[in-house]
Amino acid sequence: MNSIPEINWLLALFRIFGVLVMMGAAVVACWLLAGRQFPQRLSAAAGSWVLLIVLWGLGGYALTSRYALGLGAVTNLSDQFPWGLWKALVLCGIAFAAGGFLTACMVYIFRIKTFYPILRPVVLAAYLGYILSASGALLVDLGRWHQIWRPIFYWQHRSVLFEVSWCVMLYSGVLTVEFAPILLDKLGWLKLSRFVHAITVPFVICGVVLSTLHQSSLGSLFLIVPNKLLPLWYTPLLPVLFFISAIISGFAMAIFVSALTFWTFRQPLEPRVLTALAKGMTPLLLVYLFLRIADLTARNAWTYVFQNPLQGVTFTIEMLLLTAPLFVMLRTQWSGRRRWAFAAAIPVIAGVILNRLNVAWIGLLPATGANYFPSWIEITVTLTLVSIGVVIFGLAARYLPLFEHSNPGKHVTP
Amino acid sequence: MISRRRFLQTSATGALMLAGARCGVAGETKADPVTGAAVLVDLTRCIGCRACENACRIRAGFPGLPSATIGYGAGDGKLTFQTRTFVDKTHPTPVKRQCMHCLEPACASVCPVAALEKTAAGPVVYHENVCIGCRYCLLACPFTVPKYEWDNALTPRVAKCDFCADRQTAGQSPACVAACPTGTLKFGRRGELLQEAKARLGSQPHRYTALYGEEIVAGTSWIYLADAPLEELGFPKDLPKESLPNLTWKVISKLPFVVIGMGLLLGFVVRWRTREQHS
Repeated sequence: MNSIPEINWLLALFRIFGVLVMMGAAVVACWLLAGRQFPQRLSAAAGSWVLLIVLWGLGGYALTSRYALGLGAVTNLSDQFPWGLWKALVLCGIAFAAGGFLTACMVYIFRIKTFYPILRPVVLAAYLGYILSASGALLVDLGRWHQIWRPIFYWQHRSVLFEVSWCVMLYSGVLTVEFAPILLDKLGWLKLSRFVHAITVPFVICGVVLSTLHQSSLGSLFLIVPNKLLPLWYTPLLPVLFFISAIISGFAMAIFVSALTFWTFRQPLEPRVLTALAKGMTPLLLVYLFLRIADLTARNAWTYVFQNPLQGVTFTIEMLLLTAPLFVMLRTQWSGRRRWAFAAAIPVIAGVILNRLNVAWIGLLPATGANYFPSWIEITVTLTLVSIGVVIFGLAARYLPLFEHSNPGKHVTP
Repeated sequence: MISRRRFLQTSATGALMLAGARCGVAGETKADPVTGAAVLVDLTRCIGCRACENACRIRAGFPGLPSATIGYGAGDGKLTFQTRTFVDKTHPTPVKRQCMHCLEPACASVCPVAALEKTAAGPVVYHENVCIGCRYCLLACPFTVPKYEWDNALTPRVAKCDFCADRQTAGQSPACVAACPTGTLKFGRRGELLQEAKARLGSQPHRYTALYGEEIVAGTSWIYLADAPLEELGFPKDLPKESLPNLTWKVISKLPFVVIGMGLLLGFVVRWRTREQHS
């Protein structure tokens, strides 16, 4: 590239274009988030404006570099270590989005009234997390990103990734149907909204089935590398463990998202919503930890904790993060408090994310002999995608009827 | 009422998926382990001349090795996008490396679009126009063979030995085999070559101690004979004898039942909850 000056000019122009577009988007987003006004003086709010504008500016540079130069020039991926942070982001994002199918299932299928108020915020967060981590990260990560549609026409049913890509496409559709009423209510298209509402239940059933399939399949992706993934994580139980931990992460994410949104936007939220979610999470955590420990013992894999220093540490942190909430939840005087429910959700989310990073990255390092750590561009793109999700969520909370069910006097059927 | 209709729909979808899983679309081709094309690599005969490496580069459309380096030096010392085979000289015996052309290749089984395919004749070949660049094949290959065109921004390709599939169709042996001056490489049918390898192993136990490729990951089309355990010659340790695609197929083949089971279960729950609310 360097030998052709014209192309360097094009590259520079492309990068400037990317940076300006992203910075402009950041300004507009901040302006909308702040209620269509600019900050009048230096304050914490002005600081967050600067932070987002800088991050998205760097993100624009990173994204344009990736598309102009290819994966080799901007990532630390190699033939030895072909999957990196962006693939891990797909795994983490989809696990985080599990709150969507879980809440939809509890509301539409089990009809648990307690959870009606948090349906919309959680489904929206799942929708955004899902689209940005699955489609967004894949569009950055795939070498031939413009061929992303190919699995629709080129079938290979023995591939887990084929199944995952179909689940991603179908479940995105399901989430669109689940999200649609929020937008249609805002637009005032009430007839259409009611129609979508009437057909939602079958879609939710499809969504739960699809989620079961592909949350577990993300674990199955790694069944093919028995000689590469460290036995601390490689087990035939991977699909089962991924599915259970996704549900756990779904509970934690529902607590996290609803607590943060209701508190941030000063909406009334019944305390028992959070504590009920935390109570649902506890038995599953116990089952999960029991399975992990029994499986590690049965396969005689505990010795690997001491053989690989880095993996030993990340494994221990992962297990501690997933165990810690139990100490809170199993104490009766704490389990009824929503602050403690919120406090229990955070280590769970962190633990599940670390689990995904361990499986897709850290646990693969020893056997592949690779020394992979993501480049600044990989990290920046990841942060940009995540922050886009957060910003869109904030905008939706501000401008869309997200708290419909929490307002007294409105209809409360889901 | 709704629930019954939905229950039928769910069952129908499940049945369709089940049928789809049975008749199959792609990725199930298996080369015959006996009559399929194979190469026997007798490492005790290899003198490390790198004529195979040179022939491979020329056939793949890259410049050959400078003549001075043929027979000497270690070359790149690894498989790369341009080097689909090379002679590894970091061990007591020179070892030719290339794609092993597994009978049940992990790379082809993980590819979501069937860009990699085990042909009935034996080679595992790559269709670059189908590839989406997910690089799952690089991760899945137990021998870490496929290489990626990392600096191609728009249409990066995967590269690996294709067993000279085109030469085989034309009735020729692979370029590396044709170039080998010592008879280290022998091209033929897998069953016959395995028999010959075992005969050599049995008749000259002082010369041969190891046969590789008969059972590992359910068998490979490239078979190695050596005077040392192949794990000591840089081949991966701890590979199962089981076919790797089987590890995932055991899960995927059960999914239709998961779909039907979950669909029924959720249908019943909806019905139960709806009745309870009406009563």
